[in-house]
Amino acid sequence: MSIEPFIRMKGVSKTYRTGRKEHLAVSDATFDVMPGELVSLVGPSGCGKSTLLKILAGLHPHDGGELKIGSATHSFDPSRDVGMVFQAPLLLKWRRILENVLLPAEILGLPQNESRERARNLLALVGLAGYEDKYPYELSGGMQQRAAIARSLVHDPKLVLMDEPFGALDALTREKMNLELLRIWKEAGKTIVFVTHGISEAVFLGTRVVVLTAGPARMADNFEIDLPRPRTLDMKTHERFGEYTRRIYKLLGME
Amino acid sequence: MNDIARRYVLAILAHVALLLAWYLFVALGNVPRFVMPSPIDTLNALLQPNYSWWTNISVTATEIFGGYFLALAVGVALALLFSWSKALESFFMPLLVSLNMIPKVALGPLIIVWFKYGVFPNTLMAFSICVFPILLTTARGLREVEPELLDLVKSLKGSRWQLFTKIQLPGALPYIFSGMKVAAILAVAGAIVGEFLGSDKGLGYLMLQVQVTLDTPAMFMAVILITLLGMLLYGLVLGLEKLLVVKDARVN
Repeated sequence: MSIEPFIRMKGVSKTYRTGRKEHLAVSDATFDVMPGELVSLVGPSGCGKSTLLKILAGLHPHDGGELKIGSATHSFDPSRDVGMVFQAPLLLKWRRILENVLLPAEILGLPQNESRERARNLLALVGLAGYEDKYPYELSGGMQQRAAIARSLVHDPKLVLMDEPFGALDALTREKMNLELLRIWKEAGKTIVFVTHGISEAVFLGTRVVVLTAGPARMADNFEIDLPRPRTLDMKTHERFGEYTRRIYKLLGME
Repeated sequence: MNDIARRYVLAILAHVALLLAWYLFVALGNVPRFVMPSPIDTLNALLQPNYSWWTNISVTATEIFGGYFLALAVGVALALLFSWSKALESFFMPLLVSLNMIPKVALGPLIIVWFKYGVFPNTLMAFSICVFPILLTTARGLREVEPELLDLVKSLKGSRWQLFTKIQLPGALPYIFSGMKVAAILAVAGAIVGEFLGSDKGLGYLMLQVQVTLDTPAMFMAVILITLLGMLLYGLVLGLEKLLVVKDARVN
């Protein structure tokens, strides 16, 4: 019994044109994501990882290759099965936390009472029980990002896309949020594509890491991370963890 | 709470101190009444029926509030129109920025030529001076949407209307209020200048009338009443802002 991949990307490329100039943002991206996987996309700025995310979100069309999201066992509706988390929490300042989390449900016109119930449960899941009626400015940066994660899950999407969600946090909060994300991922059972430029973050979180290089934007590698789960912080000192990060450093020409 | 009470007490104290200084300056300095009346002379002017204070106040208030709310409606409506149509914005916005450079006071004589004198041209004067700050700040507020929020709405296939009502408009509200505060001060100046240029009623008109007879107490009272009208409008805007805009989102 073999499970079909949830995302199938084959030779996907994307070129932006501004005036007469052409800019190759992504070339030949080929990788599969199994349902329930957490895949890290890692690379330097300008490697096209955000572009890939936008293609997956259906915001930008790709102009070469094939992309298929969803399978016979795991259907995918592009208009309601995508959740997004960005580097900034981007909570609406004038809405309380619960109302912020509800935004996607409102846009999709989901039943109100159920959505509120779900939003409350999600806030509890991300560790924000009791903060439902606070305004964003009353929360720290890490807590705001937790609320943003709850928002990305409120409409029960099958695929969650995260664009450097912890990039703006301090190092300690970031490590804590990494552990939190793994816990949330396990409980929520979503397929997550996680973009980062943190090599150790990519290895620590990912079931699989896709490495992208810049100048020219290119997919350099795609490999599974064979570390036990649940992941713990002391795994970062494992020999195998070091091998994975070294492999990525090498690919990015930093060794 | 104690801190707030202290600030109120200090504010009241400062105003009382000014009144007292004014009184002492006139009393001890033997300043003639026609140069500077005492606070008591000024207050006395309010009791004279021949100044028709109520009529004049209501005329000036009509011009200020009328011009102001007309400017609010037109300014916000135009800004909304521009946010919906890029073409309209790129065509009209540069023109409006140029028009904004016209000193509105200089339009006064023209407005009188076109509309004669009275409440309407003075309302127009207040309007013309208020509309630009409201329009420009509102347009800016509607433009300031984080691109990622746009992506979020698009990824859920949200409509243009949803983007507008859930994100753009509430996001622009603090900007609208910052424009409204600037305009509140300008509205008063606009109406009074209008009355100076040509009118037969209003506090500005009254000031010119009594100036001829060097009736300084009445002029002082008129200035105070004009200021109070301005404070009323400004206070109204501040109160509305407090009601509608979340603390952190306010633009100072």
